[in-house]
Amino acid sequence: MSATLPPPRLLPSGDSAITVEFSRNIDDAANQGVLALDRTLAREAIAGVTETVPTYRSLLVHYDPLQIGFEALGEKLMALAQLPVPAATTTRRWRIPVVYGGENGIDLEDVAKALNTTPDDIVARHVAGDYRVAMVGFTPGWSYLSGLDGQLHMPRRQNPRLLTPAGTISIGGVQTGVQCLAGPSGWHLLGRTPVRTYQLHRDPIFLLEPGDAVTFAAVDAKTFADQDRAAEAGEIVAELIVA
Amino acid sequence: MSKLVIAAIGPASSVQDGGRHGAQRYGLTPSGAMDRLALAAANILVGNPPLSAAIEIGPFGAAFTARDGAVRVALAGASRHADLPGRSVAFNTSMTLAVGETLTLGFARSGSFSYLAIEGGIAGEPMFGSLAVNARAGLGSPYPRPLQTGDELATVAASGAAERRIELPAATDTPIRVVMGPQDDEFADAEKQLFLDSEWKISATSDRMGYRLEGPVIKHLHGHNIVSDGTVNGSIQVPGNGAPIVLMPDRGTSGGYPKIATVISADLGRFAQTPAGKAFRFKAVGMAEAQAEARKSAELLRTLPDRLRPIENFDLNIEALQDANVAGAAVSAVDAGTWQTPSADTQTPD
Repeated sequence: MSATLPPPRLLPSGDSAITVEFSRNIDDAANQGVLALDRTLAREAIAGVTETVPTYRSLLVHYDPLQIGFEALGEKLMALAQLPVPAATTTRRWRIPVVYGGENGIDLEDVAKALNTTPDDIVARHVAGDYRVAMVGFTPGWSYLSGLDGQLHMPRRQNPRLLTPAGTISIGGVQTGVQCLAGPSGWHLLGRTPVRTYQLHRDPIFLLEPGDAVTFAAVDAKTFADQDRAAEAGEIVAELIVA
Repeated sequence: MSKLVIAAIGPASSVQDGGRHGAQRYGLTPSGAMDRLALAAANILVGNPPLSAAIEIGPFGAAFTARDGAVRVALAGASRHADLPGRSVAFNTSMTLAVGETLTLGFARSGSFSYLAIEGGIAGEPMFGSLAVNARAGLGSPYPRPLQTGDELATVAASGAAERRIELPAATDTPIRVVMGPQDDEFADAEKQLFLDSEWKISATSDRMGYRLEGPVIKHLHGHNIVSDGTVNGSIQVPGNGAPIVLMPDRGTSGGYPKIATVISADLGRFAQTPAGKAFRFKAVGMAEAQAEARKSAELLRTLPDRLRPIENFDLNIEALQDANVAGAAVSAVDAGTWQTPSADTQTPD
């Protein structure tokens, strides 16, 4: 299986990075193109490329301008980006436990009201989703997932919260996310996971990779507390279904 | 082993180095020194690799005391009053603190960040090849947070090498150069012109994540929400209120506001040193010029050791000597022939 995307745009991000933009919008085909170019660059190293950062609709390519110039690198990236998109060979699938609602998901009731349904329906729809990690960004381990049920799409909060808890599972716009560290967020908080997507002194330090498949499993508060303790001690409490 | 004890420190001071690279795809920002050239100058003075970990000192005063052994250090970056007991010390020079001696620094007079490099570096446990503090991610060594009074940095005993100074190119006050984009097409031509033609000031609420700019409101063509994409040091994003923010080394690795332009890498350190409230302008340059400047900047960094000079008598500051009263009865402050250059031997008792 392969698909051909329209050619991306090359946008300068200063003198040491190029944004290869496949779409201006959140678009699954564009994200596939981003992840495919990322895999290609990992395989066919271009001298001077120092780091790549996949996002929803573009790949940021950091490079050393002493080793390769903007024009030369741009040409190579355009050529690689227009190769047919190879299907990912293997996809890792993670099942991530979540305790929904109550003190762990303070917006669940309000989200249900806003969407004219019940909290149970919101949880059922969120758990039924088959998600993919579109990007990891902003702060360490913050994983943005595509594949959110259309019934759960809703605008972000008018006033972002300055502090939301570590492990927050939230929805915002057409996305859902797994947040690792406590921090600011304008999304709606549905629950919490004991899974640390980023944990120092654990192997691996980062759990989720762009392209990984994710499903959620509802757990009760007792299970959450037990798994949270285990995770704190370095155990990986997310279940790896397909490696 | 010797150690440098933080006897006093203000906010926005932390251990920084060349930064940690390779994990931006996981949301881990590089961090690292706000002014790499100043970091490198301080390190070169004490014989360290240029981007070794050093103390990045924010705009407020600070004091450092040598314990358990002499400690050789060097100062570069934003200038400020600096003295050791009985003598005034200069920026862009190395110096040795005897056991118990305290180096006292005043407020930054020009710029925002000064760098205190320690001969032999700072002992710590690197994560992703870096000791740089990223407090949000719990990273940094020996302390994963800004420095506090009482903190101790372990290092090697001073070598006793002769002290040196470094001759750096004169500071310039020319506009901060930018390459337009990546999302300059989210702004009408008149708004881009307004951005380039206006005088800007850095807000006092700025930090290592971003510098907020005060000036005219820059309006978007299609609203302020774009789909999040990757950021770099120097990305100039324009949020909903139209007040641009220049992203600095502790930035989020992705952001959802249109980025009108990007500060060129050669000007990042100079921009980081622009004090809050001081007026400055931007100037758009082409990619060829930006990359030529990046090469010049790399060449300057590479050739810093060629700029080291011995400290000679005529470099001593007569006023400082008189103030400090170290010249003593046998020495005339106005007769250079009778001066004694502080030698490493007398400053390293063990």
